[in-house]
Amino acid sequence: MSQNPSGSVQPMLDRGDERVRHDDSLAGMAKGFIDRVSAGDLGMLPVAVGLVVISVVFSALNPIFLAPNNLVNLLFDCATVGVISLGIICVLVLGEIDLSVGSMSGLSSAMVGVLWVNMGLPIVGAILAALVAGAGVGLVYATLYNRLGMPSFIATLAGLLALLGLQLYILGPTGSINLPYASPLVRFGQILIMPDWLSYGIAMMPGLIMIGKGVRRMRQRRAANLSAQPLRALILKALMLTVALEVAVFYLNLGRGVPWMFALFVALAVVLNYALTRTKWGRSMFAVGGNKEAARRSGINVRGIYTSAFVLCSTLAALGGVLSASRLASSSQQAGTGDVNLNAIAAAVIGGTSLFGGRGSAYSALLGIIVIQAISNGLTLLNLSSSLRYMITGGVLAIAVIVDSLARRSRVSHGRA
Amino acid sequence: MTAKLPSAPDRGKSVLRLSGISKNFGAVSALTDIELDVKAGEVVALVGDNGAGKSTLVKVLAGVHQPSAGSIEFCGQAVTLDSPAKALDLGIATVFQDLALCENLDVVANLFLGHEMSPWALDEVAMEVRAWTLLRELAARIPSVREPVASLSGGQRQTVAIARSLLLNPTLIMLDEPTAALGVAQTAEVLNLIERVRDRGLGVIIISHNMEDVRAVADRIVVLRLGRNNGVFTPESSNQELVSAITGATDNSVSRRHDRKAVHVQETHGGAE
Repeated sequence: MSQNPSGSVQPMLDRGDERVRHDDSLAGMAKGFIDRVSAGDLGMLPVAVGLVVISVVFSALNPIFLAPNNLVNLLFDCATVGVISLGIICVLVLGEIDLSVGSMSGLSSAMVGVLWVNMGLPIVGAILAALVAGAGVGLVYATLYNRLGMPSFIATLAGLLALLGLQLYILGPTGSINLPYASPLVRFGQILIMPDWLSYGIAMMPGLIMIGKGVRRMRQRRAANLSAQPLRALILKALMLTVALEVAVFYLNLGRGVPWMFALFVALAVVLNYALTRTKWGRSMFAVGGNKEAARRSGINVRGIYTSAFVLCSTLAALGGVLSASRLASSSQQAGTGDVNLNAIAAAVIGGTSLFGGRGSAYSALLGIIVIQAISNGLTLLNLSSSLRYMITGGVLAIAVIVDSLARRSRVSHGRA
Repeated sequence: MTAKLPSAPDRGKSVLRLSGISKNFGAVSALTDIELDVKAGEVVALVGDNGAGKSTLVKVLAGVHQPSAGSIEFCGQAVTLDSPAKALDLGIATVFQDLALCENLDVVANLFLGHEMSPWALDEVAMEVRAWTLLRELAARIPSVREPVASLSGGQRQTVAIARSLLLNPTLIMLDEPTAALGVAQTAEVLNLIERVRDRGLGVIIISHNMEDVRAVADRIVVLRLGRNNGVFTPESSNQELVSAITGATDNSVSRRHDRKAVHVQETHGGAE
């Protein structure tokens, strides 16, 4: 900040207005964070609070909850529904919903069982067929929405039942197919763990990338006469992130380690985050979610955006189904039923993606699903029946939506829409 | 996507020619047999009472509505404007009355919406620099381009909408009530800007209820009444002529007040002008 606004040096392009307070110091950043939260921009706060409460309560009730191997299992479980939740984020950003993701995942797991085990197709072919089926279902929803104006809520509610029926039909009277334990698919879902050194290395990456990209962006902005984030804050953030990740990985490595399946989920979240924040497609998604008519008048292909979101959502749901089949080593009538739908939606909302459209982040699936699975895992450890688990999960979803609604109201009154 | 027709045609050449444009919404005919010519380097003001069809005409030209009948000629070629993207690609930029901004996105994102720099790895720095330069040209008082548009005032939003229309270097620019929510300095700046745009050889269509603004910049004033053409005037035409064309009556409250004032002025100043 060598520039002096009152001197002869030209002030930075974005620092010409004296009405704006610029929080550049560390204390200023903390103040900015508090301001944002009180204005309803909660970000990751509900997740952090939720995780602390959950850890304290469940580890008090059963110390096994925080044991490394239990957390490893937790991550395995996170990956299946988490991938579905990534797709849900795509439709939620548009202000739409897909209620059939559970059934779609069940159908795709049934397809893998039938095509691979019963009909002897190569495993890759069976998985591809399931993903194509997912894309096809998404295309149907998009067509119903774009051409016939059918609300996605109703279209996917119909899909929920229809896909479940199809799942039961192709599974036939036996109703359940066991997948061979020695197969790579099942090993991926139950056993395969990253080597320790690799997991430590990967945990370093986010911090390093953060510093690398931050420094590059800082240089570009300085060169363009724009203000830039101070280096100190950047390094502090990256350091905190790296320490947190390395500690987490160290703790998991005390047990079995970091599952490859979880790594796949994280990789998908990173890709989706890039697509949503750094590409024209992502910008168009948020624009359509914020103001559909304005997006149309800007020349955005609104129908194409809806189609891409519905197709992506159903395809990711199908992928989640494949992962759950590998996790459970079976394709059954139960796959994708019960709380899968609501868990996927609740994870996205808890992580900070708004049900009202126009706001969200791929990482909300990552953080939200950890909260949701931690609750479900903790309740299982307490040997509670599924009746109680459903009631509690339903309550958590309700709380998440209430927080979302209140935060939205606060954002509107603070001019942050 | 930049399938532009020859941009910035010679001064005096026709940019836009509408003939027989009609638009029906069910049983209501919002526009009937509209004729309109806009030449390069010309500012055409579109005036009329509420419900005269001005905004509908603008939406037809922006590709938002499709006309029920009639033909549109742009830069000498017959065109069909079947989508907003088509109109933008041809070089017709519009500032809509409702501004059509996405409140959840920041100013930079709104300015470049649908036309982002490097679509696969958005160039935020370049876009932000361009945004500041554009806003400076408009003398805009936007505190930060990284705040969501929801936090801006009405006038600031209007400036953002105007800046966005200039971003793509259009051939024809349409402004629907561009100064309605603007302060004194910003209104003057927008009028200056319209003149600058005209001097660059672009065609400008401006809709306004403010006759002073219209007189200040327009080369021709086209009056619409109940969805039909109701005369073409020059900025030198008297207020009375314009008002009677707009309202369709020679005797109305505005003209009566005008007469009263004129009599009053004559009495006090001894009949000068």
